[in-house]
Amino acid sequence: MITFDAVTKRFPDGTVAVDDLTLEAPTGEITVLVGPSGCGKTTSLRMINRMIDASEGKILLDGVPVQSIAPPTLRRGIGYVIQQAGLFPHRKIVDNIATVPYLLGWDRKRARGRAMELLERVGLDAALAGRYPFQLSGGQQQRVGVARALAADPPVLLMDEPFSAVDPVVRTTLQEELLRLQSELNKTIVFVTHDIDEAIKLGDKVAVLRVGGRLAQLAAPKTLLSEPSDDFVREFLGHDRGIRRLQFVSTEGLRLRTDLTVRQGGEGGSSEEPWLLVVDEQGGPVGWIAGARPGELEPFGTFLYGRDSMRSALDAALLSPSGCSVAVDDEGKVVGVATREALDEALAEAADG
Amino acid sequence: MNWLISFFAWMGEFFGNGENWSGPGGIPMRLLEHLEFSALALLLAVLVAVPLGLVIGHTGRGEVLVVISANLARALPTLGLLVMFVLLLGTASIWPVIIPLVLLSVPPILVNTFEGIKGVDPDLRDAAYGMGLRGGQVLGRVLVPVALPLILLGCRLSAIQVVATTTVAAYTGLGGLGRYVIDGFATKDYAGVVGGSVLIVLFALVVQLLFTLAQRVTVSPGVSRRVNVR
Repeated sequence: MITFDAVTKRFPDGTVAVDDLTLEAPTGEITVLVGPSGCGKTTSLRMINRMIDASEGKILLDGVPVQSIAPPTLRRGIGYVIQQAGLFPHRKIVDNIATVPYLLGWDRKRARGRAMELLERVGLDAALAGRYPFQLSGGQQQRVGVARALAADPPVLLMDEPFSAVDPVVRTTLQEELLRLQSELNKTIVFVTHDIDEAIKLGDKVAVLRVGGRLAQLAAPKTLLSEPSDDFVREFLGHDRGIRRLQFVSTEGLRLRTDLTVRQGGEGGSSEEPWLLVVDEQGGPVGWIAGARPGELEPFGTFLYGRDSMRSALDAALLSPSGCSVAVDDEGKVVGVATREALDEALAEAADG
Repeated sequence: MNWLISFFAWMGEFFGNGENWSGPGGIPMRLLEHLEFSALALLLAVLVAVPLGLVIGHTGRGEVLVVISANLARALPTLGLLVMFVLLLGTASIWPVIIPLVLLSVPPILVNTFEGIKGVDPDLRDAAYGMGLRGGQVLGRVLVPVALPLILLGCRLSAIQVVATTTVAAYTGLGGLGRYVIDGFATKDYAGVVGGSVLIVLFALVVQLLFTLAQRVTVSPGVSRRVNVR
C-alpha cells in the first residue's frame, strides 16, 4: 500500500504543485491520478520514487517512509513507465528489459532469460529481442517499457501517462493488455493520465485532482460517475457520464426472450412478432427479419451475456433497426434477445442506483 | 593545361627521387614526425576536453567554460599563437609547438562533448534515473553511448585541425610534412611543395577514414541507426 500523508510539494519559485495531499493506493489495485494539466498528478507520482522529494508530509510504502530509502535502491524496487517509453536507444530490446536485473547484479543469462519471459508476457514476438528501439513502433516500444518496469518483479508500478503518445486504436489495446496483465500479476499500480475515460476504464480507484494540487475526489469509477463531489468533478467527467456509468452495470440480470429466434431456412415462425432473429445451424446470429418483409435480412448487434456491460447491450440495440440486442455466449451462440422493454427495465433500475 | 603537366612533373620529381625516401629528411621520417606531433597534441586535448565536457554536460555546472572556450577558438589566430609560444619558450623542445596545438584542439572536443551529453533526450535521462541508475551510471551507461557520435565528431574536427596546423608549425622549425612545403617555398623547390602538399592531403584523408572506422566500431547500431535487420 502506498500512503500519502498530508504531502505538499512547493517548488523553489514558490509554486505549489501538490497541496496537502492525503490518499491511499491499496495493494494489488490500480489507483489512477487524473486531472487537468497543472494539477500535480505527475509530481505526486514522481514523489513516490523520489524523482522529486516532497516538501512536507510523508509518503509511505507499506508503512516505510520513502524518504528513508536511498533513491537508487528505492527505484530499483519500483517499476517506472513513462510516456515516451524512454528506452535506451543503444541497447537491444532484450537488454533494455533486463536493465534493472543487471543493476541488481543478476548474471547475464538469468537476466536475459527473465527478459525473454517478459517479452512474451507483454505480447511481443521473441524475434524482437535482438532489435533496437528505433526499429519498433510506438506501441511496441511502450510494451517494452512495461516489460522493463516489470523485469525485477517489483510489487509497485508507477505509470506516467504511458499510453498518451500512441494512436487511439493502439491505446485501447494497450489498456486492455494492462488490465489482463494486472489480473495475472496483482501489482500495486499508480497510474497518471489526463484522460478521464482512461481513468474510468483502468482504475479500481480514481483520484481526481484540481489545479493547484488539491484532491477533489477519491472514489471508485462507478461512484465517481454517479456521485461527483462537486461541480469541478462533474465538469471534468464530461457530459455523457450517465451513459458511461452503464459500463459498470452488469447485463447479468437482463431479462432475455428466447422465443424470438428462427432457424435459417426454417419456417417463418410466429408472424405476430414484428421482428425475428435468424440463427444459423451452429446457433450464431445471421440477421433480423421484419414480419412485413420476410425476405430481407437486417443488421444485428451482439453483447456477451453477463460479461459485457449494459453500455454494450444498449449499443448493440442501437445498431439494429429492430431495436433489440442479441445476447451471445463465449462461443458466439445466441442465448436470447433483449427487447426494448427488457432494456428499458434494466435502464430504469440502473438510474435508480 | 600547362599547370597540370608541371604538377605531374613535380610529383614525379619529388616521389621519384630516391633520396626523398630515406634519412632524417626522408618521407617516412617526416610522416612519422607529423604523426607523432599530431597524435600527441590530440591525445592531450582529448584527455583534457572529454572528461571536462562530460562533467559539465552532466552536471550543468561550469557551462561558462564551454562558452569561453568556443569563443576563444574562433578568435585566436593559429599562427600567432604558435609564434608566441615559440618566442616565449624557444625551440629547444617540441612543447612550444605542442602546447598551442593542444589549446587549439580542446574547444571543438569540449563543445561537442558538452553538447552531446546535454542534448540527450531528457526522457531518456529521466528513465535512466527512474530505473535506479546512479549518477555515474547514467553518464557512463546511457549518456556517453548515446552522445558518442557527437563526441567523436569533436575529436575528428580537432584531428583534422591538428594535422593541418602541424603543417604550419614547420614554420617555427619543427619537423613533419610541413617542412617540404615551407622549405620548398624558401628554396623555390616546387617539387617539394607539391609533393609535401599531396602527402598532407593524403594524411588528412587517412585520419578521416580512421575516425569513420572508429565510429563504426564504437557507436551502437541502435544509435547510428545503421542496422536493417528487419
